[in-house]
Amino acid sequence: MSTEQISTNVISTQSASTKHISVKRYLPDNSTETYWQEYDLPVDDSTSLLDALNHIKEQLDSTLSYRWSCRMAICGSCGVMVNGIPKLGCKTFLRDYEGDIRIEPLAHFPVQRDLVVDMEIFLEHLAAVKPYLIDDNPVKPYDPNAPETYQQTPEQLERYKQFANCINCGLCYSACPQFGLNPEFLGPAALTLAHRYNLDSRDNGKKQRMAELNRHDGVWSCTFVGFCSKVCPKHVDPAAAVNQGKVEAAKHTLIALFKG
Amino acid sequence: MQQRDFDIVIVGGGGAGLRAAIGAAEQAKAQGASQHIALLSKVYPMRSHTVAAEGGAAAVTSAEDSHQAHFDDTVSGGDWLVEQGVADYFVHHAYQELVQMERWGCPWSRKDDGQVQVRRFGGMKTARTWFAADKTGFHMLHTLFQTSLKYPEIERFDEYFVLDLAVHEGAVIGVIALQIATGELTLLRAKAVVLATGGAGRLFRFNTNAGIVTGDGMAMAYRHGVALRDMEFVQYHPTGLPGSGILITEACRGEGGILLNKDGYRYLQDYGLGPETPLGKPENKYMELGPRDKLSQAFWQEQQAGRTGKFGDSDVVYLDLRHLGEKYILERLPFICELAKSYINVDPVKEPVPIRPAVHYTMGGIETNPQCETSIAGLYAAGECASVGLHGANRLGSNSLTELLVFGRLAGEQASQRAAQTEWADERLLEAQGDRQQAKLLRLCDGTSSEENWVELKHAMVQAMESGCGIYRTEEGMRHSLDTMRQLRARFNKVRVNDTSKIFNTELLECLELECGLDIAEASCLGALERRESRGAHQRLDEGMQKRDDVNYLKHSQVFYQGDAHAELRWQDVDVRFSAPAERAYGDAGKGEKA
Ligand SMILES: Cc1cc2nc3c(=O)[nH]c(=O)nc-3n(C[C@H](O)[C@H](O)[C@H](O)COP(=O)(O)OP(=O)(O)OC[C@H]3O[C@@H](n4cnc5c(N)ncnc54)[C@H](O)[C@@H]3O)c2cc1C
Ligand code: SF4
Ligand code: FES
Repeated sequence: MSTEQISTNVISTQSASTKHISVKRYLPDNSTETYWQEYDLPVDDSTSLLDALNHIKEQLDSTLSYRWSCRMAICGSCGVMVNGIPKLGCKTFLRDYEGDIRIEPLAHFPVQRDLVVDMEIFLEHLAAVKPYLIDDNPVKPYDPNAPETYQQTPEQLERYKQFANCINCGLCYSACPQFGLNPEFLGPAALTLAHRYNLDSRDNGKKQRMAELNRHDGVWSCTFVGFCSKVCPKHVDPAAAVNQGKVEAAKHTLIALFKG
Repeated sequence: MQQRDFDIVIVGGGGAGLRAAIGAAEQAKAQGASQHIALLSKVYPMRSHTVAAEGGAAAVTSAEDSHQAHFDDTVSGGDWLVEQGVADYFVHHAYQELVQMERWGCPWSRKDDGQVQVRRFGGMKTARTWFAADKTGFHMLHTLFQTSLKYPEIERFDEYFVLDLAVHEGAVIGVIALQIATGELTLLRAKAVVLATGGAGRLFRFNTNAGIVTGDGMAMAYRHGVALRDMEFVQYHPTGLPGSGILITEACRGEGGILLNKDGYRYLQDYGLGPETPLGKPENKYMELGPRDKLSQAFWQEQQAGRTGKFGDSDVVYLDLRHLGEKYILERLPFICELAKSYINVDPVKEPVPIRPAVHYTMGGIETNPQCETSIAGLYAAGECASVGLHGANRLGSNSLTELLVFGRLAGEQASQRAAQTEWADERLLEAQGDRQQAKLLRLCDGTSSEENWVELKHAMVQAMESGCGIYRTEEGMRHSLDTMRQLRARFNKVRVNDTSKIFNTELLECLELECGLDIAEASCLGALERRESRGAHQRLDEGMQKRDDVNYLKHSQVFYQGDAHAELRWQDVDVRFSAPAERAYGDAGKGEKA
């Protein structure tokens, strides 16, 4: 092994500066009005928006409410609007912002309090597409006494892998104008999840899912704005999934027609 | 106060809780019974901390491997404080559970022929760790959550914070929960309850855990008289990112990553883990694939010797992956690349990643018997909150994800069987306990100004845990931490919540979590102080206590809650029925020996 000295970029925690952020507040226990509240806080190169919110909560204003958990962009809790764009708080760094930073709750969802939105409808949409492996007549049913896996080649895995990376953060719903107009629209993440299972070589449930996808509030509500894929923090590309889903849905309709 | 009745209540929507719920539903179905199951979680289930697990889940898979070998690795990895009957059950049920996950759609990484791929992991003799890229926990959790949607008998209570268990005459009769969105209490009457509330890494300042990992379930059971067992054993993961503590998975080393000190030297060869293995040819139980406790301890030694580098204000060593090549790194460790780039602005393809140890895993927890039942009838515990006895003094990486499945299922099935033979308790008993919780919340939020600040108390707690119960411990340091916890517990009585609103009052939740943390931190410090030997993750610098002492301490610690008074400690024998304690050896020193 070489004995050269190792040097890496040192993130300066010393060079702390002050940033100003505005947070949209809503405290329904007290009032139905929303208002903007301003905070000044110390930041350095590594300060995420979530770090900033935690600083506010602990040092400046304990009444501010927001969701978070993993602080490593995998649990999907911490979505908020940053200057009008849906973002994960824990993956947004204040170093990337000059000037004003305005924080609001995720758009298109009912606000419960401050930065907390009601995600129920999102969960209902996920559940509606039967997002689990369906194999009603497996060649070999699972037997705990002689357990055997399905075979799946890396290529078969590759077909759906990207669509299985959704962390359910809901950012794409805040980016979707159709969901904004019609909350019944299943929306990008749910359609992507359906597509993920439809593409899985182990699954036979496509027919059962198609009924849901082929509704007006299914794939056909999408007008292909594509903003969902731009804001997705995990590069899931829901727009691609929805588009491929449209092709599938059209095929499904045609086949149904021929079968009469 | 709303009241609902369920056969089974499961607290926790992580891997263990979801597996328990599905296990209970399947068990009831197999018995031709219909049971109603409630699943409560303070966050939406897929936000649970299982989501952050990266590396993988272990089970004997290849023909060259054996149950005996997995058992031996687990027992010696746990420095013989493992319940051997439990470990034996575990290794025999691990494979079927991972296959079951596959049948539910988990996207395990594959070999070219379509079989599941396994990778190496620290402290494991053979490659037996199943993985889904470097997001294993994420994929497992989402697979379990999505599969749970198939079962209408599982009713979810998302974002319900469980405050307390209701216990009557030695049996659990339900739980009391706060609906976070409304601030209202709900009473859930139950015939059996499973706790699956996860670990307690947030007791420490610098950790790899999510903010919700605050030991609530441990505190709930403990306050009702269940022993917390082996709480002094806290695992430091050798590779956390400086600053945040975000985990850089052990799989990096399994794939061939190496650890360097500031001089570019593979220092692990100086700590009984050598000889140096050739670059790109990792070998199980050698060098970088030694167990976590040894690796974290080696860091500390290097730090003392002044051979660590600096990143920000953290002392660090370096994880070098560059020799693996860009393509391989991006295929096997994509999440690691994303994390290192975002959080410390380092690209692992081009530069060594600065890392340092961080608190990672709580080996101890709620004591259960091998069937996951606690000393309270009808109360079960599984997953990281439990001490079923699998991990002993040091958990092996990739055993715990499998543990969630093996013991989550078992706990669910046991709970289902119990519920089938039990009646609900009188609902007035539950109401009385609900009233007590309501009174407590009213006191915390009575609008008077707080004489003590919860933020200050929290910082004092994590600071004291880190300084007194770190990688190396001393009598004086631990005594100081224990005294601190006792003072902080007393001071907590004067805490008032500034925010008195009902809807989504996260300040209140933080205070409740802190109160749980302080109770179990006392147990952890007490166990540490009283264990006057060095074993696994518990290493003392004190004269005469630097070695394992099987004569006096081949025993589990059990700590019992005593209200406002000091907690009490007892010792419990360890099940060593299959394998007598031997030297734990790695590298060449471990060659030829059975474990
Ligand atoms: C970063 C990281 C990486 C890891 N990687 C691996 C790995 O590669 N392999 C491996 O084997 N292990 C790994 N582990 C360990 C493993 O992931 C955990 O031990 C395991 O996921 C814990 O699962 P659980 O179901 O017990 O708890 P969790 O997943 O933590 O879930 C706890 C649940 O309890 C709920 N809860 C808690 N308190 C309350 C309350 N008061 N009221 C209501 N609900 C409550 C929470 O909402 C949550 O749903 C890793 C751990 C970390 C931190
Ligand atoms: S598709 Fe992307 S943006 Fe949408 S919920 Fe999933 S991870 Fe979030
Ligand atoms: S806190 Fe988990 S995604 Fe941001």
